[in-house]
Amino acid sequence: MHMNKILLIIQREYITRVLKKSFWISSLLAPVLITAIYAIPIWLAMKDKEVKRVEILDLSGLWKKSDLVDKELEFVFTSGKEQELKMAFASKGFDAFVSIPEDVLANPKGVHIYSAKNIGMSLKESVEKLIQNKVRQELLLKAGISSQIYESTQVDIDSKTITVSTDGKETSSSSGGAMILAGIMGMVLYFTLLLYGSQVMNGVIEEKSSRIIEVIISSVKPYQLLLGKIIGVGLVGLTQFLLWIVLTIGLTQVTSKFYGEKVKNNITQIKKIDSGKQSTLSSKSEEESPMSEVTKVLESTNIPMIIAAFLFYFFVGYMLYSSLFAAIGSAVESATEAQQFTFIVMIPIILSFLMAQYTIQDPDSNIAFWASMIPFTSPINMMVRLPYGVPVWELILSMTLLVLGFLGCSWVSARIYRVGILMYGKKVTWKELGKWLFYKG
Amino acid sequence: MILSIRQVVKKYSDHLALDHIDLEIPRAKIFGLLGPNGAGKTSLIRIINQITAPDSGQIIFDGEPLSPKHVDQIGYLPEERGLYKKMKVGEQLLYLAQLKGMSKPEAISKLKDWFIRLDIKDWWNKPVDDLSKGMQQKTQFIATVVHEPKLLILDEPFSGFDPINANMLKDEILAIKERGTTILFSTHRMETVEELCDEIALINHSRVVLAGEKTEVQNRYKQNVFKIRYLGDLPAYLKGMEVLSVNSQSATLKMDVGISSNKAISEIISHVDLLEFQEIIPSFNDIFIQVVKETNAHE
Repeated sequence: MHMNKILLIIQREYITRVLKKSFWISSLLAPVLITAIYAIPIWLAMKDKEVKRVEILDLSGLWKKSDLVDKELEFVFTSGKEQELKMAFASKGFDAFVSIPEDVLANPKGVHIYSAKNIGMSLKESVEKLIQNKVRQELLLKAGISSQIYESTQVDIDSKTITVSTDGKETSSSSGGAMILAGIMGMVLYFTLLLYGSQVMNGVIEEKSSRIIEVIISSVKPYQLLLGKIIGVGLVGLTQFLLWIVLTIGLTQVTSKFYGEKVKNNITQIKKIDSGKQSTLSSKSEEESPMSEVTKVLESTNIPMIIAAFLFYFFVGYMLYSSLFAAIGSAVESATEAQQFTFIVMIPIILSFLMAQYTIQDPDSNIAFWASMIPFTSPINMMVRLPYGVPVWELILSMTLLVLGFLGCSWVSARIYRVGILMYGKKVTWKELGKWLFYKG
Repeated sequence: MILSIRQVVKKYSDHLALDHIDLEIPRAKIFGLLGPNGAGKTSLIRIINQITAPDSGQIIFDGEPLSPKHVDQIGYLPEERGLYKKMKVGEQLLYLAQLKGMSKPEAISKLKDWFIRLDIKDWWNKPVDDLSKGMQQKTQFIATVVHEPKLLILDEPFSGFDPINANMLKDEILAIKERGTTILFSTHRMETVEELCDEIALINHSRVVLAGEKTEVQNRYKQNVFKIRYLGDLPAYLKGMEVLSVNSQSATLKMDVGISSNKAISEIISHVDLLEFQEIIPSFNDIFIQVVKETNAHE
């Protein structure tokens, strides 16, 4: 019977919030923004991908057609006088004209690039790089270094951090990606703890100021109402996470479908270039987008564990903070009156966010360790540490402490709450709140 | 008895709210709980509703010690009452009815009956925000009675009602009583006490200072004062009584102790033609003020 009433309360709290327009706006807007952050760079990259035609006058005769392969450039060899060609290339439909002097190896500065419009930086760089590579290769060859040796010096250092756990298991991870993942999770927790905590507080204030509270608590016990409200709002939070995840995945899928063909072309081109004799460094950088770093981290970490831990730290951390927010809501009669008390609950949230800035830089430091153990700061800080790898005993200890912290806070909050909700017309002080803790039934 | 309150004490940090309260509330009656502000009425009502617990004493509800399972058999309309402003009337009442342990289909059918009875059929989907104060009060009243409680507690139910709605409410309260529900009525309005209550209890300074059946209480405070209408000249002195006031062909008389009505009448008719002879029954307003003054003087 009692369980049923809590379920009813959870249901009401959940449904009234989920049916609000603002819930859907924030649920939809965030994935759209995330997708935009993901898609706009791709789109911009795509936009530049129209092939530019370059006319080339090679007086040195060193360049072959196969030396000048670039996905954005098409080279056409020509002959004639530089003076005439540089006037005529635009009318022939070329975007640029390059002249290479006979003594290019001795005088690399003699290379000129002409363009009709102001030449784009990327075009200039690509052309320079192609010419530079060849010049360097030729010079090395002259110095007696074979093209094989030259090839083998073209190492691309993609630093991989290997995490070695105490049992000797190695997991490769990329610290850049871990940092991004940790940062995102820390941010999301920071905002949602504040957002949903204050939603609980406003719900309590609404019930008290509209005076429906006395009717409700003649049907259910105050702790049932409080528990139902906190769980109901928490489920709204979880629903929002779920929507964010599903919609973000959905939207990014749709976006990549939309760009699908072009992306595929790009990839084959990159492959073609990679497999070609010349290693083209310029195309490499495009693969190393932050998102692919995160993907790499996701591949090397235990995703179900991260998700489970995230949901745990969100839910228990949220319950801890929202019970305190509820106690404040019960003691006051309006949102403005609540402000003088909310800062005391917001300080630990803001503090954990600030500590997380250290934790993310040095996840194994003492500060990071303690920040991820103390119940008030542990939700954000442990989630920030987790992508870097955390010993199991630390995780279990932190979770246990958080649960204990929640039980302690909810005890204090419930005692303030049951007195506060029936207290009207009294200016509440800290001393008064302290007294309420020890009121009998 | 639906409710027996025995030796209930409630202390707050700075004062004693209820000082060994004893009350017996009989079944299917309207019981008036009277008393000045701060006398302890709300404290007692909150204890009956199990919103707070007494420090000591016992409460028997329907033959059993009061326990959480009884909340579904009590309906409570607090003096300061409200609704969720953003919810619709129908879903709000459905929620409140379910919180009182009703099943959803049962609650819907009972609510529909009430909507028809109070002539508010098309309100189901109206947001509470759009309701006038009187409309909100109707809604709150339905929320209090829809689960057909055995005990209905109404704290100043008429405050803020316009005369038409107040009359409707009165009729509904009487109809509910006819169906066997006990109504515990907390009020300052003595005219409603006289009109509706079967029994009363007066609380002052945390104690019950007066309790009993309505007419019995009134008899207790009778002053042996009569009002007469007559033809002729009334002498200034009458045997066995005192003339309190005379006003063209009518007068108020106070009988001496031990003088019967018959004796008084025969004395009066020996002087004038008696047209009307009526005992003045003290109003609850007078009783209230008298008792409160007396107990305050004792403090």
